[in-house]
Amino acid sequence: MLDNINLLTLVPTLNIQLLLDGIFIGAIFALAAYGLALVWGVTNVKNLAQGEFVIMGGYFTWYLGTFGVHPIVAMPIVIAIMFVFGWVLYITIIKYVVTRDLFTSLLATFGIALVIQQALNLAFGPEVRTARSDFGTLSFFDGLVTIAEIKFIAFGLCVVLAAVVVTFMKKSRMGQAIRATAQNARAARIMGIDTDQVYAFTFALNSAICGAAGVLISMIWVIQPYYGIVHSIRAFVIVTAAGLGNLPAVIVTGLGLGAAEQYSGFVLGAEFQQATAVGLLVLVLIWRQIELARHRQVVQ
Amino acid sequence: MSYMKSLLAATAGAALMSGVMVGSATAKVEGDTIVLGSAISLTGKYSSNGVDSQNGYDIAVKRINEMGGVTVGGKSYKLKVVYYDDESTPARTAQLVERLVQQDGVEFILGPYSSPTTIAAAPITEKYKVPMVEAEGASRALFNKGYKYLFAVLSTSEQYLASAISLAAEIAEQNGKKPSDLKVAMVFENDAFSLDVRAGVVEDMAKYGMSAIIDDKMPADLSDISATLTKVKAVKPDLLVISGHNKGAVTAARQIKELQVDVPMIAMTHCEGAKVVAQFGPEAEGYLCPTQWAETLSYSDKYFGSAAEYDKLFKETFEGYKNVPYQSAQASAAVLVFKEAFEKANSFDREKVRDALAATDTMTFYGPIKFSEAGNNIAKPMVLRQVQDGNFNVVAPSKWASHKVVWPRVVPTN
Repeated sequence: MLDNINLLTLVPTLNIQLLLDGIFIGAIFALAAYGLALVWGVTNVKNLAQGEFVIMGGYFTWYLGTFGVHPIVAMPIVIAIMFVFGWVLYITIIKYVVTRDLFTSLLATFGIALVIQQALNLAFGPEVRTARSDFGTLSFFDGLVTIAEIKFIAFGLCVVLAAVVVTFMKKSRMGQAIRATAQNARAARIMGIDTDQVYAFTFALNSAICGAAGVLISMIWVIQPYYGIVHSIRAFVIVTAAGLGNLPAVIVTGLGLGAAEQYSGFVLGAEFQQATAVGLLVLVLIWRQIELARHRQVVQ
Repeated sequence: MSYMKSLLAATAGAALMSGVMVGSATAKVEGDTIVLGSAISLTGKYSSNGVDSQNGYDIAVKRINEMGGVTVGGKSYKLKVVYYDDESTPARTAQLVERLVQQDGVEFILGPYSSPTTIAAAPITEKYKVPMVEAEGASRALFNKGYKYLFAVLSTSEQYLASAISLAAEIAEQNGKKPSDLKVAMVFENDAFSLDVRAGVVEDMAKYGMSAIIDDKMPADLSDISATLTKVKAVKPDLLVISGHNKGAVTAARQIKELQVDVPMIAMTHCEGAKVVAQFGPEAEGYLCPTQWAETLSYSDKYFGSAAEYDKLFKETFEGYKNVPYQSAQASAAVLVFKEAFEKANSFDREKVRDALAATDTMTFYGPIKFSEAGNNIAKPMVLRQVQDGNFNVVAPSKWASHKVVWPRVVPTN
């Protein structure tokens, strides 16, 4: 472990590699996490199938790729398919659990996750897949820092997508309705907002965002019908740490998590990479608890 | 009323069950058919390899039956396999093997697909003293429990990458370097199979006095090893060994390319299963990949002829195979082993068949088969193939090598 820290001080450019890798992958985590925060905040459904949506998006990308469609071109198609999928899922299942207690919605979305896994396995088989973007690699500092071009592109797409979603939430009628519903669903209804429509739209939007994340994941990492859980866990870690309805915090946490994973992977070894993510979450929760306790004392 | 109904249903159910029991008491040999049983993964995460194995069993059964079947006591018997789908879950495998033995009366079991499912099946076959010949479980955990009814035709997992270490030592000596100066970077998934592979590597490294410069273990759900590979780039090892099932191989192939990792020798398991050549093309050039079997090897037997002839017959029989997976070849070999054991025992007595299995010493298209006391095959070596111009060419051990190893590995440019 000390050797590895030593290595980082001897060859400082390695830090750039780790930071860039972390930030680029963190941006994709942030995307899926933002979708989760949206659904959680608006409908109070904790979607355990989040990761499965991501993998589903990845599979559609891969499948379109077998017909010669480039992943980047496939992105809008996948987003559209996933939006419709999310809407249908809302009407058929989620609608009936939105008003129920926490466990009903957890069970329902867990069930959906299982069904998606098995359906993907039946449809596409259990092989590990990856979509080919055919982009090259950029190298800096005598090849000491190398970044796949696709990671730059994915990062750019993440930024664009986030900007689109934020503008949509701020400016559009539907975006305002979503925010109003999140603040107080009952009041929103009194004001004439069709909250059922808002819920359906939010769920579909989340599914579309996950689909977009899936497109990027299929080009950068690997997909397999059962790998959704990895993305679900990360999304939950990020949202729990960042809080609901706080997009900047979700983005910062996502990027931070990506970088923290890279550093712990380098210094402590790959076996601690994910443990670090969860360890950090525990620290954040403890810190929050202390803050809350202090706040309570002040109020008293 | 409903009470009566359910009572009736229960009685009928029980009657049906007992009917099955009575009817199946002699199911191990029905008339002139010997019934083998297997719980195998036809759905779930192992389904593609599970189906490959099933095809391997089926083609061998078909071939043996075409050649006149199994001769026991002067009478000729046909072979038949009863399959259940274990859904790739070990708990289900155990249940189904129990069902095969208890309810269906099967007395000879062909193994499931994968180490975890075989580990779950072995205690059951052991409990009922039913011989199991398995072809798809390579884990060490199968062969250190003192099982008496378990026989495995494949090489065990410690052997998978150990040959890469000896090859590296050989090359170092040719270049006037001492093998003990070699630095090895190890990246293994943190699961039973990959850690077995690692144990074999560590053992062989100790033999040559090599040192591990990186020893990272990836958790099962990690799809990113770029941090580890960044370390590899910085410390420049002489050999990089990777094992983490199909995901590990795909992830490594992609990230080695993206990070332009330049190591003279890279060895990894599951290259074929992960289809690294089809998915990455020239980027997979130079990888060393261990395999249980290759159709280019010069093994042969009287059932299928040479390994190449088996390959041809398999492709003709089953559609959609560009390459015949070794999983299929070893499954076929397991059936051959059973056939020879029946004939040698000249009986269907489980104990006699078991003893005949234990005494197996035969040559097949899949390679030589001879079992140790623990039940693993000690006669067949693991072969190492290198990706050369998109083909898998056997480069080690030198006795079976068809091509020379390309060293150092040339990093493909964009």
